[in-house]
Amino acid sequence: MDKIKQFVTDFGWPRIIIFIFLVALFIAAPFVGVRIDASISDVLNRFGQNMLFVLAMVPMIQSGCGLNFGLSIGIIAGLIGSTMSVQFGLTGFLGFFGAVGFAIPFAIIFGWLYGILLNKVKGEEMTIAMYVGFAGVMFMCIMWLILPYNAPTMVWGYAGKGLRTTITIEGFYRQVLNEFMAIRIGDSFVFPTGMLLFVAFCASFVFPTGMLLFVAFCAFLVWLFMRTKTGTALTAVGSNPDYARASGISSDKMRTVSVIISTVLGAVGIVVFQQSYGFIQLYTAPLQMPFAAVAAILIGGASVNKASMVNVLIGAFLFQGLLTMTPSVINSALKTDISEVIRIIVSNGIIIYALTRKMKVAK
Amino acid sequence: MSGNKTLGRFFSENAVVIIFVLITLAAIPPSGLSIPYIIQEMITRLGRNTFLVLALILPIYAGMGLNFGMTLGAMSGQIGLILAINWNITGVEGLAFAALIGTPISIMMGYIAGAVLNRAKGREMVTGYILAFFINGVYQFVVLYMMGSIFPIRNPAIVLSRGYGIRNTLNLQGVRQTLDTLLLLKLGPYMIPVATFIVIAGLCVFVVWFKKTKLGQDMRAVGHDMAVAQAAGIPVDRTRIIAIIISTVLANFGQIIFLQNMGNMATYNAHDQTSFFAVAAILVGGASVKKAAISNVFIGVILLHVLFVVTPRAGQNLFGSAMIGEYFRQFIGYGVIALTLVLYAWKARQNTARARESLRGGAAGGAK
Repeated sequence: MDKIKQFVTDFGWPRIIIFIFLVALFIAAPFVGVRIDASISDVLNRFGQNMLFVLAMVPMIQSGCGLNFGLSIGIIAGLIGSTMSVQFGLTGFLGFFGAVGFAIPFAIIFGWLYGILLNKVKGEEMTIAMYVGFAGVMFMCIMWLILPYNAPTMVWGYAGKGLRTTITIEGFYRQVLNEFMAIRIGDSFVFPTGMLLFVAFCASFVFPTGMLLFVAFCAFLVWLFMRTKTGTALTAVGSNPDYARASGISSDKMRTVSVIISTVLGAVGIVVFQQSYGFIQLYTAPLQMPFAAVAAILIGGASVNKASMVNVLIGAFLFQGLLTMTPSVINSALKTDISEVIRIIVSNGIIIYALTRKMKVAK
Repeated sequence: MSGNKTLGRFFSENAVVIIFVLITLAAIPPSGLSIPYIIQEMITRLGRNTFLVLALILPIYAGMGLNFGMTLGAMSGQIGLILAINWNITGVEGLAFAALIGTPISIMMGYIAGAVLNRAKGREMVTGYILAFFINGVYQFVVLYMMGSIFPIRNPAIVLSRGYGIRNTLNLQGVRQTLDTLLLLKLGPYMIPVATFIVIAGLCVFVVWFKKTKLGQDMRAVGHDMAVAQAAGIPVDRTRIIAIIISTVLANFGQIIFLQNMGNMATYNAHDQTSFFAVAAILVGGASVKKAAISNVFIGVILLHVLFVVTPRAGQNLFGSAMIGEYFRQFIGYGVIALTLVLYAWKARQNTARARESLRGGAAGGAK
């Protein structure tokens, strides 16, 4: 009994309620005419789409920089990479890896600058990160209008300049990871192996099948990294700065490294997202993206100063499951569009829960 | 040497204001707008926005930073306005009625916000920001689903065609600019909404008076050092909650004044940018996370809104695209908030470092 109690306190009621709610949605789905196989396929797909964003939260939380509300900085780097890839007319896998390749140098530079800034404002990182992210997005809005892109698929038709709000990547790298080794069961169940594997590789667990491969690959890299000397040092800086300093670790350097990794993951994440979603979204689209990632990792059980791979997995799955299942199930059951409101309340509620929780534990 | 230092200090302390004045001055000529037009716009916008910005002062005074949770008060005011239209109460009475309905709601909201922020000491700002998102969800739930289904709505004109929920845009014709035109003074080519300014002046007097009361002094003590205040017997948590409640109630009045001037209300979006504009304004006026005066509010509203008036036109004339000006002003708004927060946090860190250094120096001296 005590064990159960301990588990409940550790895991937190909000998460348990969300979990039970999700299970209930899956159980209710067939009764309101929602196909389970299509739903699971959707959830897996969105899981792969978004997991790298959630993964991007880990290094910064571990190094004590808090939740990365400025993930949009990384997303912007990714957008620069993907628009360059389309501009140069790269297609298929070359297009995808081209986008990632172009994006990473930008992400490293942005992340480095962003990291230096955050080192100067220790203790206020989260609010500042949020506004630096917002300002960055608005700055890039101006840039998208005036940068000299001229690929006909990307610019406004009549003016011949200025990027469109959404750019289709059909014929470039749409679905390259999703379709890679994809397993089809029936018409509606498609397992996006490539994407998930990529994500998993970026964190060290391997899913049976193309998107999943890539995601898995990324996850693997991060997992591996957190176990290297640098990764351990990074965690040390986050959990006990004084001890870390006594052991001769430069806390500023470690924090900068964590911010760079987080930014790079955000950049790669948006490219993975695009290949699955089918469009590059520019202008104000990245404004709200960090909040979803923050909510997801918190739902997964992370706190403001501690996060693990398990939190990423559970969080991305629960949050995306919730986003996929509530519209389809609730809307067909109640004949309303209330799911958007539920999403707002749940995702922001969980962030508040996490932000208000640490003080209690500390006492 | 020392003259250089004071000059440098003046610049670093007023960096944001100076940068802003320069950008604004640079943007006026290319906009091609006439000075009288800009002045009239400024008078209108002062009346429209000042009250909302003033709502930010007390939480800053109490050491809680910028109250991004003021959006909660804005939403309360909007519910008041919806009900005023529902019962078809027009004129200044309509506004008073809306304020009357909004006040208890905003007191409740302020209490919730204060209680939440007390559990998130040290990160009030980010928590307040997310709290505004959260309550926005609740607001949508109430207005979009409960009104017309659970709470009866008598006026069918404001209900969505599906039978419940309030329409996306509400026409505030009955109360439109009723406060502004209550006492309208024509001064040369300019129209001055005197009644609105009297209300604003009243609030300024209230703020000045409040700071001198026992409660106001308690707030200052709490803002300065919570531990010391606690030791001195000041109920810290309670004082902080009161600061937030007052701010929320003021934001509720402020939003009603703002919307009566606008004349219509985007039911689900009108409050989205309330805190953004208010916070940007007070920071542009030279306030920081820990320090704000009434003068900061007025300077800020004037500077920010002159820039907002001129940038779209300047963007159109300079780059051939009004969108650039539009994005530019949002960039400036967010950028100013980021810059002020960075400058403040940076300075605070330097001060602690310097304090530590001097302590060390003292210890070394003692060892000798």
